[in-house]
Amino acid sequence: MAITVNRKPLTFWEKLYLPAILGGIKVTTKHAWGTLFQGKKVTMEYPEQKWTLPAGYRGAPYLVKDQDGDTKCVSCQLCEFVCPPKAIRITPPGDSGQPADRTNAEKMPQEFEINMLRCIYCGFCQEVCPEEAIFLQKDYSLTALSRGELIYNKEKLLELGGVSPGIQKWKHKQEEAEAQENFPVKV
Amino acid sequence: MDNFLQSLKSWYFSLSPDGQVVLWGVVKILIVVGVVQGLVAYSVLAERKISAWIQDRVGPNRTAPPFAKYIPIIGPALTRWGMFQPLADGLKFMFKEDFTPAGVKKIYFFLAPAVSVIPAMLTVAVIPFGSVMGHQKMVIADLNVGILYTFGIVSMGVYGIVLAGYAANSKYPFFGGIRSSAQMISYEISMGMSVIPVLLIVGNLNLNAIITWQSTHGWLVIYAPLAFVIFMVASFAETNRTPFDLPEAETELVGGYHTEYSSMKFALFFLAEYSNMVASSAMMVTLFFGGWTLPFWGLDHPADSIGMGILHILVFLAKMCFFMVVFIWVRWMFPRFRYDQLMDLGWRRFLPLALVNILITAVWLWMRS
Repeated sequence: MAITVNRKPLTFWEKLYLPAILGGIKVTTKHAWGTLFQGKKVTMEYPEQKWTLPAGYRGAPYLVKDQDGDTKCVSCQLCEFVCPPKAIRITPPGDSGQPADRTNAEKMPQEFEINMLRCIYCGFCQEVCPEEAIFLQKDYSLTALSRGELIYNKEKLLELGGVSPGIQKWKHKQEEAEAQENFPVKV
Repeated sequence: MDNFLQSLKSWYFSLSPDGQVVLWGVVKILIVVGVVQGLVAYSVLAERKISAWIQDRVGPNRTAPPFAKYIPIIGPALTRWGMFQPLADGLKFMFKEDFTPAGVKKIYFFLAPAVSVIPAMLTVAVIPFGSVMGHQKMVIADLNVGILYTFGIVSMGVYGIVLAGYAANSKYPFFGGIRSSAQMISYEISMGMSVIPVLLIVGNLNLNAIITWQSTHGWLVIYAPLAFVIFMVASFAETNRTPFDLPEAETELVGGYHTEYSSMKFALFFLAEYSNMVASSAMMVTLFFGGWTLPFWGLDHPADSIGMGILHILVFLAKMCFFMVVFIWVRWMFPRFRYDQLMDLGWRRFLPLALVNILITAVWLWMRS
């Protein structure tokens, strides 16, 4: 069933195109004036000005150190296994490898490489990490002159990652354990 | 140096009068063509900047040669204004691959850009861009039939576009070519008719004579405002500018008649379009806005010194640039006409209007005489 749309016939003035021309001049002048003299431009001039990134932004994944400056990663290789594009490659220390920096840890990776060209910033590595040793941080503009430069090694990842003290998830376990002390909850 | 100048001078005076005319002609052609090309390059920049401002953007502000940042203050400022952008654009066109698609009709494909750029450059030949400098009239060819020549040459511009559309041998350029042939031929008629009142009032076809008449009687836009409006709209259509840019309607025809062109051949079409704009602006200034004259500061009579001569040229350029800005501004103001609206406007509005305008002007002149 066809619907007939009522179109108002143009008035004499509208047929002369004059109101449309005046309207066009008004709008364009207003915008040009605003951009030129009132700083109303919407362009963000990128390298000089940057976005404020929202909380939870998923940028490049880096390794973090704990509050004592020790490597948190224990070379469990869960992130390597979970990584969908296979961007992570971990070389475990082996039997005779270097002992872990921090106490209470059995080992730490001998080498930890993330190929930033493969990484898809999915955040699975962060999610899977039992030690909270890898975090997606706020870097999004990774540039280099060769492909090799974009394979970040352990040293570089640790340096870029910064410090993230403690392991928060044990705090929850601790609270649970403490709650067990007075288990039969007194009502 | 003095020796060189002396020998140059003696060589000049050893030429026959005809030889001197030819020499000055060549010099003027070189300068005018150079200036037009420069104007074209910078009007592309103006187009980008003005469109940016209208759309709340900043426009090109990065391109700069490596040495620009070492010039204090001026260098960064010029970069901000995008003054080096035309250089980069030109270089880009030169170094791009000149690709010839397999299906094109080779000869016409090569011919079309030349056919469209030559008329665009020829139009400026008759336009008086200044009064006199020394003994030289500031016009390449002071033709007695200047206006007729212009219309003759302008109507050749359509062949380049039609040929390009035909040569490309694919449907979108073909549509572009078809549209432009219909559009440009239609609007040429109203354009030609709109100028007749001017010729009736002045009684001379020489563009210099028209300017001289305007310096004593006042600008012709006051005497024939309707003629000016029709001429301006028709010149928008002739130069394929919005709202009459159907031959190159990107949204409908990919790129229009120049879809299959790349590199320098495409640049030539670009050059032709903007040269046409320059020529149309120059014609509007000459016919309706007093050419190189200004009604004050004694600028209304031919110059008696080199300085005044230069000032006249600057006045002309300033007026012309104003119309270039109008051309550019309008592009970012209005949407495109539909094809039938375009034809309707040309044949059923402007043509009768122009004819009535001729009649009214003729009757008015007859009543006064």
